[in-house]
Amino acid sequence: MSNNFFEVLRPGINTTFQDKGRFHMQHFGVTPGGCMDIKSFLIANALVGNSSNEGALEFAYQGPLLKLIKGKTKISITGNVLFQIIKLNEETINGECNRTYDLDEGEQIDILATKQSVYGYMALEGGFDLKPFCKSVSILARAHIGPNDGEKIKIKDKIIIKRNTSNKKDFDTKVPIEGRNVIRVLKGPQFDYFSKESQKDFFSKDYKITNLTDRMGMRLEGTTIKNTVSTNIRSEGITKGAIQVPADGQPIVLLTDYPTIGGYPKIANVISADYHLLSQKIPGEKILFQDVELQEAEQLYKEHLNSISEVIKNIKEIN
Amino acid sequence: MFKKLNNIGDCGIVCDFGDEVNRTINISVIKLFHHIKKEVSKGNLDGILNYTPSYNKLIINFDLGKTNSSKIMDFLKSVDFSKLNISQNSKKWTIPVCYDFEMDLANMSKILKINKDEIINIHLSTDFFVYMVGFIPGHPFMGDLDSKLFLNRLKTPRVKIPAGSVGIVEKFCNIYPYESPGGWNIIGRTPIKLFNKKDETNPCLLSAGDSVKFKSISKKEFEKLNNE
Repeated sequence: MSNNFFEVLRPGINTTFQDKGRFHMQHFGVTPGGCMDIKSFLIANALVGNSSNEGALEFAYQGPLLKLIKGKTKISITGNVLFQIIKLNEETINGECNRTYDLDEGEQIDILATKQSVYGYMALEGGFDLKPFCKSVSILARAHIGPNDGEKIKIKDKIIIKRNTSNKKDFDTKVPIEGRNVIRVLKGPQFDYFSKESQKDFFSKDYKITNLTDRMGMRLEGTTIKNTVSTNIRSEGITKGAIQVPADGQPIVLLTDYPTIGGYPKIANVISADYHLLSQKIPGEKILFQDVELQEAEQLYKEHLNSISEVIKNIKEIN
Repeated sequence: MFKKLNNIGDCGIVCDFGDEVNRTINISVIKLFHHIKKEVSKGNLDGILNYTPSYNKLIINFDLGKTNSSKIMDFLKSVDFSKLNISQNSKKWTIPVCYDFEMDLANMSKILKINKDEIINIHLSTDFFVYMVGFIPGHPFMGDLDSKLFLNRLKTPRVKIPAGSVGIVEKFCNIYPYESPGGWNIIGRTPIKLFNKKDETNPCLLSAGDSVKFKSISKKEFEKLNNE
């Protein structure tokens, strides 16, 4: 273990370590978890030259204030984030996303807020020194699983960095903004449980994201979806992005830390290509669901992966 | 053996074994689960990330960057069920429960027209079978309760249910291992811990196929066991 570390001066609202997730465990009731926005996560790691399997710090709304007590590191911040770097002489530098910065001993990184989005990521060259559980460093706070005793980052926590940087170069890339509010879905296994009118409403009326939204699920508010068959089904395995409708007729999208098994009928499932977009929607925003077919969803996913590769390919040294 | 094979989203498959919930169907599900788990560990099914058995279904999740629905469907259609077997290693458990921590007994008693003590007695006299584990880590779904206690889920799920809460819905009983949201009717609480994260290969106390009986304890005994 290196003895280079950050101290947490302010933890932020929901700051955790995340990677791509923890698999082959769902039958124990352990959800895959992992980063909410895979695109921002991958770009953060790529900017500092890490493998895509390295853990990053994920924050939501207000991020952490970290002081580099010992060491020298290179960081990247991705998403749509307002942040500052506080130099030893108290001088502050306003940060830009999607580029790297060097931090020297004693300097601070103050992640003030995510703008018009929920999640942001901080990666550092060489990575954080974390103890994995079942091959993943993702924190599942609800079940106290993962590094940091499975807890969210707290004030005064020590965040240990694997190694110092000796690389003097900085890098950046351009990330096209995806602002659309249309979220594409496949019809769910119980789509036929809902009235013809509700099926139509679901694809034509706005649904508002409510405050009851976290890493586990997103409760929506909008036109009531009427179930004409049964509001309970046999509890069955869940897939990320499943949209279930309990008896009150208001849809809930199951997000990354989803329960592994659920017993409410599912009207639809968000396609993999649009999941990161949905996860960044803030309470109060309205979304519109659009129906696509499986083959189209598969094609859109390829395009989504290509668009991430494109951003990563365009990482360039800053002159 | 499947009644239906369907995709769920673009990176999931549902293997549906029929609508009923009984031990025969559940055992077929568990057989397929063990088969897939074995194939994955041999490296034969690249891209498969999870395989989640439930009462009458197996859900397979995969990495859409590495495989797709049609490839996994082809594999599933080639499975010869007559060659699958289930390693039956089922254990018997007695789990203490304190009914003083109930949240719904009064309401249940009104709906079912059965007094609270009788509801508790039926629960205590039932020999439960663990059909599956999930929802949250270590959480068992057990059956079968007497049809006299048949109840639906709460109309709006609770946002928070305390760890150890014992709930019932239809003919099933569960235990919440952690504080979590949920929609079951809560009749008591156990101090027993259902998930051990120090064991990375088999972290759950209960497994599908085990049998469970409940034992009533006082609040004082609950506190004592809870502090152990």
